[in-house]
Amino acid sequence: MTPAIDVVNVSKVYRRFARQRQFATLKSALLKGSLIRDLQPDETFPALRGVSFQVPKGCTYGVIGRNGSGKSTLLKCVAGISRPSAGSITVDGRVSALIELGAGFHPEISGRENVFINGIMLGLSKKDVERRFDEIVEFAEMQDFIDAPVKTYSSGMYMRLGFAVAIHVDPEVLLVDEVLAVGDQGFTIKCLDKFAEFRRKNKTILLVTHSLDLVEKFCDQALWLDKGQTKAEGESKRVVASYIIDVEKSEEQELAKAESARLAATASAAAAATAQPDSPTDPVSTGDAPTDMFKATEGRWGTREIEITQVSLLGPDGQPGHVFHHGDSIRVRMQVRAHQPTKDFVFGLGIFNADGVCCYGTNTYLEEYDPDEFSGEGQVTFVVDSLQLVEGTYRLDLAAHKLDGYPYDYHRLLYTFRVKSRTKDVGIYRPAHRWEFSPGIRFKAPDAPRTF
Amino acid sequence: MWHNLAALPRYRGLIQTLVVRDLKARYRGSVLGFFWSFINPLLLLLIYNFVFSTVMPGVRPADLEPYALFMFCGILPWTWFSSSLLESSSTLLSGGNLIKKVLFPAEVLPIVTVLANMAHFFLGLPILVAFLVYYRRPLDPVELLWFPVVVAVQLLLTIGLALLLSALTVHFRDLKDLLGNLLTLWFFATPIIYPISQAPDYMRWAMNLNPMTHLAISYQEVLFYVGPHGHWRWLMSLAVLAVFVFLLGYFVFDRLRDSFAEEV
Repeated sequence: MTPAIDVVNVSKVYRRFARQRQFATLKSALLKGSLIRDLQPDETFPALRGVSFQVPKGCTYGVIGRNGSGKSTLLKCVAGISRPSAGSITVDGRVSALIELGAGFHPEISGRENVFINGIMLGLSKKDVERRFDEIVEFAEMQDFIDAPVKTYSSGMYMRLGFAVAIHVDPEVLLVDEVLAVGDQGFTIKCLDKFAEFRRKNKTILLVTHSLDLVEKFCDQALWLDKGQTKAEGESKRVVASYIIDVEKSEEQELAKAESARLAATASAAAAATAQPDSPTDPVSTGDAPTDMFKATEGRWGTREIEITQVSLLGPDGQPGHVFHHGDSIRVRMQVRAHQPTKDFVFGLGIFNADGVCCYGTNTYLEEYDPDEFSGEGQVTFVVDSLQLVEGTYRLDLAAHKLDGYPYDYHRLLYTFRVKSRTKDVGIYRPAHRWEFSPGIRFKAPDAPRTF
Repeated sequence: MWHNLAALPRYRGLIQTLVVRDLKARYRGSVLGFFWSFINPLLLLLIYNFVFSTVMPGVRPADLEPYALFMFCGILPWTWFSSSLLESSSTLLSGGNLIKKVLFPAEVLPIVTVLANMAHFFLGLPILVAFLVYYRRPLDPVELLWFPVVVAVQLLLTIGLALLLSALTVHFRDLKDLLGNLLTLWFFATPIIYPISQAPDYMRWAMNLNPMTHLAISYQEVLFYVGPHGHWRWLMSLAVLAVFVFLLGYFVFDRLRDSFAEEV
């Protein structure tokens, strides 16, 4: 059986023109005799690089990838709106592209006339539109307003009508670009219902989206584009999973970069502070302790009699990282050094969420560790067996201080980590929990076992 | 190119719908609505008539009576020509949404512009007829057969230029402004408000190079002057030229087609 969409080694090069070209005019081009040259691009930008895939008939196919990875370009090429620079695309059957809803509506004339014009633009005959007109209007819930000029429509009405027309073209191949991101909840559900109906009718859908949920639930297969190249292709769950891992990896890099920048900033602040001749007697050597300890300002201060020399967050695999999953066992490890033996020390830790709210704070003194003696080098590890935080970005406070709070080395909000969770629960705290139901309340069996 | 050109007739339903939309949308919301298609040329006629009969009465030859009718024969098709070109130069830019977001044959847009303006031209004709009746001008029915030929030649020529202009304007936005001035010059270089006989001899050859000259003269021959249509040889050569211009315009348009979705 021939595939509905066959994309073979497709590349698309966008031309970029230099700034000067933007202001070029025909007159100046003619005067300089550079008309032909000005029409040539100055540099090129590859949006797609050798992408190949096949979508069998009746398959729902998802395309995912980061912003600027070439998803929309690919869709436009498949739709035939732009032509690939190299490679070939074969589409079998009538195509309808939901790229922008209601593109081509004329604001001055009525919805009724626009439905006809839009339908004809999308390839229907006038008779076809007549036959489907009532269905279109009913789907868009526009019975009362269909004769009003389109300019009086709300954006929701506009999109509903646009969607209704596009979907009633009754294509064999439907191309969808992120249109579900617009419109209210009800509209989205309606769209999804319509797509489900399409699937039942064994039609082919190519879906470009950022909603990984949608791809997992809805698509049989998926393609992951990265910088115009195919990064993974195949069964949608697998592709989504590897995409998520990659996104986390780059988040990890981003966090690590931000963290080293922050540490470098505090280190240079420390150098500047110690360079001042009158500061060595000052017990607070780098920066001042904030007056309100719960106010979130990052920084580092203290006398460094005990110094926290290095901090690492270790994931379940024992490797340092910045992105963890809910339920992971993690360790916060501090390398500490006592410049002179001391009998008065407390190690503490605080976890803050992105809003600066303290989610948890504790220290060795509060947990009744009575200090005896610490000299030389050492390691302090805060072990969390199961990370019970909701999804989000968190920052860490780490400190070594005296029992009375006199700071040796205080690291305020210098360390960041991110928690990922399958469950989109909210709040600042997740108690370990489970649900119990009396026998009368039944739920369908879950796809995957629930673990909380 | 030939392949795309052959596909053009398939879009006639689309073109027809869009022309109707254009006509409907243009006067939507105005009190007089479609009557503006009559009133606009009428007002234009009154203005020119005022200028050349009252303000500067001496400049026109005495044998050109009724002068208003003579002028109208030229102004009506000229308006069709000039507004077609002006509008088509921006039609791809204003229809950018269609080109970028919908699979849409872009050449439809300039063609629709020309056809919509042709419809306005036809709507102005009843006024011309009213003038003819009012002045009791004799019309030779055989000569009237030339009228559709003249219109067809002008249509082909205008579409060719419109395709060329619309495609080039995507890359050179200031063509539109250039065009406005060029059209003013073009108007006065065409024997519309004066007869060709009044032009100095040394200018004749230049005026003969202007395709609009022959269209204007043809209209005047058919509708104004008594006697057989003496300009048909010129008209036929112009028809050949029009075919050439159309093919050239379509060729350029087709070559630049792929850049529209990115440049608009």
